[in-house]
Amino acid sequence: MLAARAEALAAVRCFFAERQVLEVQTPVLGRATVADPAIESIAAADPKRYLQTSPEYHMKRLLAAGAPSIYQLGPVFRRGEAGRWHNPEFTMLEWYRLGFDAAELMREVAALVDVLLGGGIYERRSYDELLGGRFGLTVPQGDAALLEAARQRGLDTDDANAAADLLLADALAALDSERVFVTGFPASQAALARFGPDGRAARFELVVRGVEVANGYHELLDADELARRMDRDNSKRRARGLDTIKPDAALIAAHRHGLPDCAGVAVGFDRLLALKLGAASLGEVLAFDWRRA
Amino acid sequence: MASFSTNEFRSGLKVLLEGDPCSILDSEFVKPGKGQAFTRVKLRNLKTGRVWDRTFRSGDSLEAADVVETEMEYLYTDGEFWHFMKTDGSYEQVAAAETAVAEAKGWLKEQAACRITLWNDDPLSVVPPNFVELEVTQTDPGLRGDTAQGGVKPATLVTGATVRVPLFIEIGDVLRVDTRTGEYVSRVKA
Repeated sequence: MLAARAEALAAVRCFFAERQVLEVQTPVLGRATVADPAIESIAAADPKRYLQTSPEYHMKRLLAAGAPSIYQLGPVFRRGEAGRWHNPEFTMLEWYRLGFDAAELMREVAALVDVLLGGGIYERRSYDELLGGRFGLTVPQGDAALLEAARQRGLDTDDANAAADLLLADALAALDSERVFVTGFPASQAALARFGPDGRAARFELVVRGVEVANGYHELLDADELARRMDRDNSKRRARGLDTIKPDAALIAAHRHGLPDCAGVAVGFDRLLALKLGAASLGEVLAFDWRRA
Repeated sequence: MASFSTNEFRSGLKVLLEGDPCSILDSEFVKPGKGQAFTRVKLRNLKTGRVWDRTFRSGDSLEAADVVETEMEYLYTDGEFWHFMKTDGSYEQVAAAETAVAEAKGWLKEQAACRITLWNDDPLSVVPPNFVELEVTQTDPGLRGDTAQGGVKPATLVTGATVRVPLFIEIGDVLRVDTRTGEYVSRVKA
């Protein structure tokens, strides 16, 4: 496993060297962190800093400062995410391509996955197709239908967002194609993607054998919209009784200065390695998983 | 009573769900990258034996169920309840209703050491020893050469259970029986 990991890390670095994408290293401990209500950071240091849940903010600050296309391969941290396909500390491969849109970046993601897993066929499914195909839901069909479908899957909730999240997770896990790009996410799930002409998020995910491997955006550039989304995330946090997160002023300033047109993607490196080796869980490809770390 | 949060779920944990004691068989953390986290759980309802699939949001919790497994000695039945006694020197007794002994009652012999699952000190289920020795109370005489039944015949035991036995078994014989399969193992005493 150690040798396979080293080999895969080298293959990734070789892939980007050939494409002249620059490797960067940004801080693991940052003053700011994500406000995304579905991601919890781990606080450390005094005065308070956060172990980064993704290098996204720092990398975007580099891009705004004039960096070329860049990638980073390093550890990120998410509180409470431990399970078969999760480890609170994991290796993320994240890269940004200047001038790319989502379709171009999807092609590059497929090329990278081909290097690690061998060549394959990539299908595309829209978010609506996934929920419609598996649960017979036509989206938007209203919250009642979502809640009822979730209830039939064993989740008793009155939160339509939670219901949609669970149904999507179920639909992804049940995909019968080996490699599938999911597109057409609703605007409410844009995260930091810009909106496309269809009003949907310019966001994609790659799912391999039912496991989410990559999440990418044609990046949102608008600083005001970024600030609004951070505020909205914080409202959701308050509604769920979570601590609010101070919006990252440095990131908003970088956007205001001007983030170049670009697309970016985050890939769960450990998951890719597990899929490459046919492992049944993430723990099998980590030198020490969370329980033993 | 204590409660367990989803991140403490693990197989074997005993929890209360819809008022019934359940044992967690399997628990899986599910989370889309940009979505909320869930814990998908398989539980066995210890009262009915049925397996339930449930999904909880991370951070939800379930009340712990006071379920313990203990060894007890079978005493007797009064027809309605089956009485057992603790073997820890306390001589404390519990009475199990028929639902708890449904699978075990055909194999219960007085003084047999059984594994009992107690919920709030009430028996939920009873597992008899793997092997018991029971006397035959009724069986037809085995006719030499009658192999139409594959050389076996039914025999009724003192507990009322019926097992398939070789033709040479007679009333009054004591048989060793595997309670997990309900099969005859050997004759202990003629």
